[in-house]
Amino acid sequence: MAIVKLQRPKLNFGEKIYFGALIKGFFLTMSHAIKTLRGKSVGAESLASSGLGITMQFPEQRWDEHMPEYYRGAPALVTDEQGRERCVSCQLCEFICPPKAIKITPSEIPSDDPWAKVEKRPLEFDIDMIRCIYCGMCEEVCPEQAIYLRKDYLITGLKRADMVHDKKKLYEIGGTRVGLVNKWNELK
Amino acid sequence: MSDTPSATAEMKSPKSQAAEKGLVNVQIDGVWHQFPKGTRMIEACRQAEVIVPHYCYHPKLTSPGNCRMCLVQIGMPPRPAPGQEAPLDENGYEAIVWTPRPVIACANTVSENMGIRTRGDLVEKCREGVMEFLLINHPLDCPICDQAGECRLQEQSVQHGRGISRFVDMKVKKPKNVDIGPRIRLDDERCIMCSRCIRFMDEVAGDPVLGFTQRGTHTTLTVHPDRLLDSNYSLNTADICPVGALTSNDFRFQMRVWFLKETPTIDVNCGTGTNITVWTRENKIHRITPRLNDEVNSAWMPDSHRLNFHFIDSEARLTEPLTRITDTPSATFQPITWNSAISHAAAQTKAIPAAQTAIIASGRMTNEELFLTRTLAAEIGTHHLSLVPRFADADALLVAADRNPNTTGAKMIFGTDDPYEKLDSIRDGVRNGSIRSLIILGEDVITDANFTDTDLGKLDFLLQTSVLANPTANQAQIVLPSAAFAEKRGSMVNLSGRLQRLNRAVEPQGQSHDDWEILRDFILALSGDKNEVYHIEDVFKALAENVTAFNGLTLSKIGHQGIEIVDTGYQIPLLTNERARQAAGLING
Repeated sequence: MAIVKLQRPKLNFGEKIYFGALIKGFFLTMSHAIKTLRGKSVGAESLASSGLGITMQFPEQRWDEHMPEYYRGAPALVTDEQGRERCVSCQLCEFICPPKAIKITPSEIPSDDPWAKVEKRPLEFDIDMIRCIYCGMCEEVCPEQAIYLRKDYLITGLKRADMVHDKKKLYEIGGTRVGLVNKWNELK
Repeated sequence: MSDTPSATAEMKSPKSQAAEKGLVNVQIDGVWHQFPKGTRMIEACRQAEVIVPHYCYHPKLTSPGNCRMCLVQIGMPPRPAPGQEAPLDENGYEAIVWTPRPVIACANTVSENMGIRTRGDLVEKCREGVMEFLLINHPLDCPICDQAGECRLQEQSVQHGRGISRFVDMKVKKPKNVDIGPRIRLDDERCIMCSRCIRFMDEVAGDPVLGFTQRGTHTTLTVHPDRLLDSNYSLNTADICPVGALTSNDFRFQMRVWFLKETPTIDVNCGTGTNITVWTRENKIHRITPRLNDEVNSAWMPDSHRLNFHFIDSEARLTEPLTRITDTPSATFQPITWNSAISHAAAQTKAIPAAQTAIIASGRMTNEELFLTRTLAAEIGTHHLSLVPRFADADALLVAADRNPNTTGAKMIFGTDDPYEKLDSIRDGVRNGSIRSLIILGEDVITDANFTDTDLGKLDFLLQTSVLANPTANQAQIVLPSAAFAEKRGSMVNLSGRLQRLNRAVEPQGQSHDDWEILRDFILALSGDKNEVYHIEDVFKALAENVTAFNGLTLSKIGHQGIEIVDTGYQIPLLTNERARQAAGLING
């Protein structure tokens, strides 16, 4: 009962030799080719075309300014307007990270440091960019607004060690972020 | 019909049935239970497996009732009018009239026909109110607080908290990051004034140095002005602190607790055999905490024992078998393979007559290892077998004078009352040249047994197994790296005759082997037999067949709480104190 017999559509002679459809397709392709050569491809402008068709000539041409606001690139650590490193090494990102790309070694802030009241900061903070899947969970889970996915997407290296972003590199990518919640203010 | 059990039960009311056993009937969340008279309501709820959130109550401490978190609703039967009988329901219980006012479960005791509600609107509202008060001044420190992940305040605030504070004023400022003792750090802002630490230091540790000053929201936990929290039991206060007010300096900012794996095992620093939990991540031990065992250590452990684990991955750790390069005058060693190390050792041992060979074993070895040591002595044919005694002052709580964890086991396995007896004769033998070959298992005889470099220099052959590099190993021809206490399985018998189990929390470092495997390989190399022992369970089986006290036991039968196998009459002082407080009705956990 599970077998249902279908009636194949009846084709006439013209359809059976499929020559008409072939020629139709050929003309469609040619019309696009001519449009490309005349520099009039559809969507060339919005897709940052290099001039021929809609192809972008990477890496000479970048699509950076066309990147959407929500683009998720390399995760990075940020400092705030007071120059304080915001990460307190709570290790929640390390815990949540699905591919286990993050490794943090916590440390105590010495008592002579101006930010001694924060008590804790990372000694080492490594993100293995071979493992990172750019999911943004670390940004979402961070209780201190310290880790953000930036728009950097060109993460390359010649060996595995090059692909591990250490703390210095992460702050370099992250830079300063202003307008965040200032929890460790003078009242704290 | 009348003599069937159900009919008999009908004749007697639940009240008189319970009274015969000295119990009372209590209804908890609609289910009737029986408890001894004088049981605290919170204990009754715990035994009935009903959770009552609490902060200040600890089963091993008195109940001051100051956190108010354990508020529950109670009910009693109404008092009947004179001459009237109280109406009974179909099960024989009196009807309960619920009081509109909640009571704290930790400081009130159960009574006959009482009802306790741990759920419902009234109780939920109370908990929400208490949580809101507790969180008024609590700092938002969770990301930097070591307690996060095992914090009662975090847990209850998820369950009963509001999410958003209605409080508009500034939070009260209190001292943070206070150094109150060598091993403990205090953060007063996080403190919720449960007073567990104060009561612990007073009632259990017997060193009342902590107390509250100021009043109201300014109440501050502090240490006595001229004193420090430097008791050898101070780290227990960090364990029982429900929040992150007291934290351990040793564990401070090392690792978040949610990464750690817990392994139940026992402590090997003295004959008490304190039950512990080892917390590890990725083959590294991060901390050790006491594990509840009412027959050994209650819920506590001394700091000296707790912190003695850093040696396991220290610089001095031996990670590969070494052989001494004899040509050079100063002691230099080179690594060799296990196979050649064992076969060299066996060949050298065989070359020297049995009467001139001695074995010095360790009271820190497990029963299985001691049993194999006995087998080894028999295989060699020597009677020179001794342990190294390790005695120091006992404290009046948990630290025993005998710092060897398995003296009782050694006595049973060697079948002697004094396993240390022959140490002096072995030392004399080494000095006068009648002993030419020495096998030292896990001991540093230069540091701990009055041997000198010259004594050991006289020997023709010295084999040493050890966890760490030490002066004795420096004199040895062959050094075999063995496993530390957290790296091996096995069993030990504590001073009160309790057989307890060690579990493996981390893998042995580098190429080091379990001690029982080293002994097995060495015995097989000496005898030339084929191996038939593959698991530690096989060794325990052989032990159980050969030593009467262990008959019929297996490693898995020991369980996590241990089994008493011999009555030695030894009393752990801390337990004596605890039982006295129990008898006085101060605690009933």
